[in-house]
Amino acid sequence: MAKTVILKIKRQESPKAAARWEEFELTWKPGMNVISAMMEIAANPVTRDGKTTTPIAYDSNCLEEVCGSCAMLINGRARMACSALVDKLDQPIRVEPFSKFPIVRDLAVDRSVIFENLKAVKAWVPVDGTYDLGSGLRIYPTEQEEAYPISRCISCCCCMEACPQFNEDTGFVGAATIAQVRLFNQHPTGKALKHERLQALMGDGGIQECGFAQNCVQVCPKDIPLTKAIADTGREVIKQAIKDFFRG
Amino acid sequence: MAINPKIIVIGGGLAGLAATIKIAEAGGHVDLFSIVPVKRSHSVCAQGGINAAKNLKGEGDTTWQHFDDTIYGGDFLANQPPVKAMCDSAPAIIDLLDRMGVTFNRTTEGLLDFRRFGGTLFNRTAFAGATTGQQLLYALDEQVRRYESEGRVTKFEHWEFLSAVLDTNRVCRGICAMELRSMEVRTFPAEAIIMATGGIGAIFGKSTNSVVCTGSAQSALYQQGCFYANGEFIQVHPTCIPGEDKLRLMSESARGEGGRVWVPRTKGDKRDWKSIPESERWYFLEEWYPKYGNLVPRDVATRAIHKVVFENDLGIDGQPMVYLDLTHIDRETLNRKLEGILEIYEKFVGDDPRDVPMKIFPGMHYTMGGLWVDFNQSTNIKGIFAAGECEYGYHGANRLGANSLVSCIYGGFVAGPQAVLYAKNNIKSSAGATSTVFDAERKRQEEANAGLLSSNGTENPFRLWRELGELMTRNCTVIRYNKNLQQTDAKLVEFLERFNHINLSDKSQWANTSFVFTRQLYNMLQLSRVIAQGAALRDESRGAHYKPDFPDRDDKNFLKTTKAYFAPDADEPRFEFEPVDISLLPPRPRRYDMAK
Repeated sequence: MAKTVILKIKRQESPKAAARWEEFELTWKPGMNVISAMMEIAANPVTRDGKTTTPIAYDSNCLEEVCGSCAMLINGRARMACSALVDKLDQPIRVEPFSKFPIVRDLAVDRSVIFENLKAVKAWVPVDGTYDLGSGLRIYPTEQEEAYPISRCISCCCCMEACPQFNEDTGFVGAATIAQVRLFNQHPTGKALKHERLQALMGDGGIQECGFAQNCVQVCPKDIPLTKAIADTGREVIKQAIKDFFRG
Repeated sequence: MAINPKIIVIGGGLAGLAATIKIAEAGGHVDLFSIVPVKRSHSVCAQGGINAAKNLKGEGDTTWQHFDDTIYGGDFLANQPPVKAMCDSAPAIIDLLDRMGVTFNRTTEGLLDFRRFGGTLFNRTAFAGATTGQQLLYALDEQVRRYESEGRVTKFEHWEFLSAVLDTNRVCRGICAMELRSMEVRTFPAEAIIMATGGIGAIFGKSTNSVVCTGSAQSALYQQGCFYANGEFIQVHPTCIPGEDKLRLMSESARGEGGRVWVPRTKGDKRDWKSIPESERWYFLEEWYPKYGNLVPRDVATRAIHKVVFENDLGIDGQPMVYLDLTHIDRETLNRKLEGILEIYEKFVGDDPRDVPMKIFPGMHYTMGGLWVDFNQSTNIKGIFAAGECEYGYHGANRLGANSLVSCIYGGFVAGPQAVLYAKNNIKSSAGATSTVFDAERKRQEEANAGLLSSNGTENPFRLWRELGELMTRNCTVIRYNKNLQQTDAKLVEFLERFNHINLSDKSQWANTSFVFTRQLYNMLQLSRVIAQGAALRDESRGAHYKPDFPDRDDKNFLKTTKAYFAPDADEPRFEFEPVDISLLPPRPRRYDMAK
């Protein structure tokens, strides 16, 4: 008999519906990943025990781990489904939606909080306008090499899902947003908003909620030095807080 | 006169965001629609870089040279004035992106670094590691977020464009869109709309494009009366990593940094690559094109690989694959300049390309064709503009590497202000359009949805899509024969008939992704006919369009833009041809086996 792949997928028809599990058995193909497995299911939506079902709802777009869409829990780990190669996973492969974000349907969750956070910390360079103002400021390779890894953050929210402090009680902003603060505060023009960004990270849900569990850096699909970014930014926040206190 | 016009932008990739920023800057308000959160748009996939003749390498590069390379690379099919304007604007666009904080690679002096890309002899491509598109998109996304927080942009993410709302004079008054969770269909008024809906990769099943790149929006507008131009020009990228779910791009920058394409000289050579001595490796691109070597334009490299694999039968292990070899370059350089793309290969294939040559094959990558626009990015329907890959303006018969990012941003920068100008000059605002046209369009779309949900046939939309992809890839990509193209169109008619017997296994009314996909599939089928018939009509070879039966470029008969329009009564495309504006550069033969 042909080699097969077994997946157990957590389904939920709507935010209010009850969750259930469905099991699928698919013909193995070389190079298969969790997304291609779900594409197979869409083309033939039948469970392992022969029941007709519906295609799985999930977010996806680039399938190259650069758009940040297809984040989910695969065998309990927060990761991108497109780069989850079936051959490297224990079976049955357990596929679930993120647990800390509102469910939309099946594996699709609402992660708009990350974009709200980026707004709150003003994660942008305040340029004067888009008209031609000549070259930007010089940036040396050492500075570029420090900034580039952080600029690769895909807003997938894996770091937030894996963080023990990211929950409704703390309202913690999460590692990804803190790293972006670090990125923009280093930029020669981005610096102009440094003060406001650091202030946004003070208080409830701010950077002090971090418990240094280091889960974020372990699950980050882009290997962003998140703990370093948090430590560096943490120091800046304290400095700023002291300054603000004396200026008070 | 509308002082602060409201413009709708559809699509949040580079072109859409560029247009949005310009409109907000001019004091307009933008409703920005996108299927995915805009930060997740397909522009993130662009890897290698963005072209601009900044001439920072002492090579004497000029924007005229960039223009010449672009027109020549596109085999003289592009209208020249807009291309020239784009190339002239490119250096300032790079400066702007630099000021916005894009983490471009740098020289020791802290200036922008440039690399060489295909179809040029100049180091003209600025890059941010191997994730340039991602970095550029984020820079624009951040500026749009800034405008959003100031209330000048309202985002409608997880909304899909269904159609334009046209008044009785066939002027666009807004759009009809569907929320992808609640499935609510709603109309939105605007004084002008800008389409920035990207590529059409899904028509070919597996491609390098993202899932949302179905061409559905362009097709919907074509069916409403927009011209669709040069649809037959499809770029097949020479170096892709074959995959089950998609073809992943291996950037041209791999060759720009010195990557070499080769196959064993002997047919059926079973040896491991390492045991094949240099003399027994065939670097066919370097041999055939000594001047450009591995950096010939994409269509040339793609056909060469096809020839080596299918005619010389020299694919690795008899498979349709050739080596793309970086192992002669030291790890440190590779990590600094190409880490992002090497990581992709490592992650999705499992081998480390620093140690082992990559195995690659051509895959569908880009559409040079798209919505017809004039030099102000306006389609033939008043009030509808277009920018980015969804329009046809800048690349002629073949796009040069690293020209897509610049054409997206430049196109958006033109479309935004032009839409504002149009809105300001249009005395009758959308408020003046009667509500009847909005209600009628919403009803038309709701009825289409209801029809699809109640369809009770036997056709699975995903299986039909697979068949479409295989058909189009086989007959409408690298090599084209009229007989096959005619059979393809007949098959597409059959697919459209089968579409009437679709059966959705999911008929629910909440976040029904297969329903949404099936809607797109219909539009893909309609647009496929434009591609197949357009290719059949063009009896010549030009750029990416290659017919062995007509191997030469035929300027006398085909130095023309193909314009397809939809004949609603016949439910099929009709064609007319328009002369190309060659006012700046007289056409000359395009050859890469020697210097231009």
